Amino acid sequence: MPANVDNLFKALADPGRRLLLDRLYADNGQTLGQLCEHLDMTRQAVTKHLKLLEKANLVVTLWRGREKLHYLNPVPIHDIAERWIGKFERRRLSVLAELKKRLEGETDG
Amino acid sequence: MAESRFVYVTYIRTTPEKLWRALIDPEFTRRYWCETYQVSEWKPGASWKSMIPDGRVADAGEILEIEPNNKLVLTWQNQFIPDLQAEGHSRLTYELEVVGESVKLTLTHEIDRPNSQLIDAVSSGWPHLLASLKSLLETGESLVETRKWPEGM
Repeated sequence: MPANVDNLFKALADPGRRLLLDRLYADNGQTLGQLCEHLDMTRQAVTKHLKLLEKANLVVTLWRGREKLHYLNPVPIHDIAERWIGKFERRRLSVLAELKKRLEGETDG
Repeated sequence: MAESRFVYVTYIRTTPEKLWRALIDPEFTRRYWCETYQVSEWKPGASWKSMIPDGRVADAGEILEIEPNNKLVLTWQNQFIPDLQAEGHSRLTYELEVVGESVKLTLTHEIDRPNSQLIDAVSSGWPHLLASLKSLLETGESLVETRKWPEGM
């Protein structure tokens, strides 16, 4: 299923899951066991978090031999940046450009 | 880890046939892949290269596996950045799968060495190109930043 935006924000709305994403960002392609190391979470909790992250398409898994590796999928984050940051940033920039134009117009006049 | 790998999964509202064409047809790739185009006979064992608009070769390799509209695996060696070229051949896999009204595209780019600079470089490139490809197929317009080969590169 293509991940929907609600699943995505729900997945991001948890410090444990964000931590897992950070861990994958630092070292992509880890097994469940590797992800559990040095974490203050039970294996079951990590498994549950990973399931939600997968559902949101933030994490994808690949089997390599007998190992299931977890990878960070950059797509949804990129979409958020485009949809929720880029758009508003552009608006802010155009407001600044407008302000600049008006201020410069004032000095001219 | 003995290898470096980049994985990308995106869902595109299109058909496998259209997506397949967009992945290999110069008419499409030029629009979302910074004006580059690929040259190959598109059969197992055939050579493959990706061309920069000024005539240089960007990347080159060989087709390992090809199932039209479904799967493509090729080797990929950078040809224009010495440090990346020195890493040798990487492997690129596209897998297409129909999911509802979309096609799930899974791209895997991997190399058998840890901390690869090539995989680092393509990890920042692929998201732009593939977002642009998605946009092109869904809206008819690619993303502006991927329409031209970057000046001075």
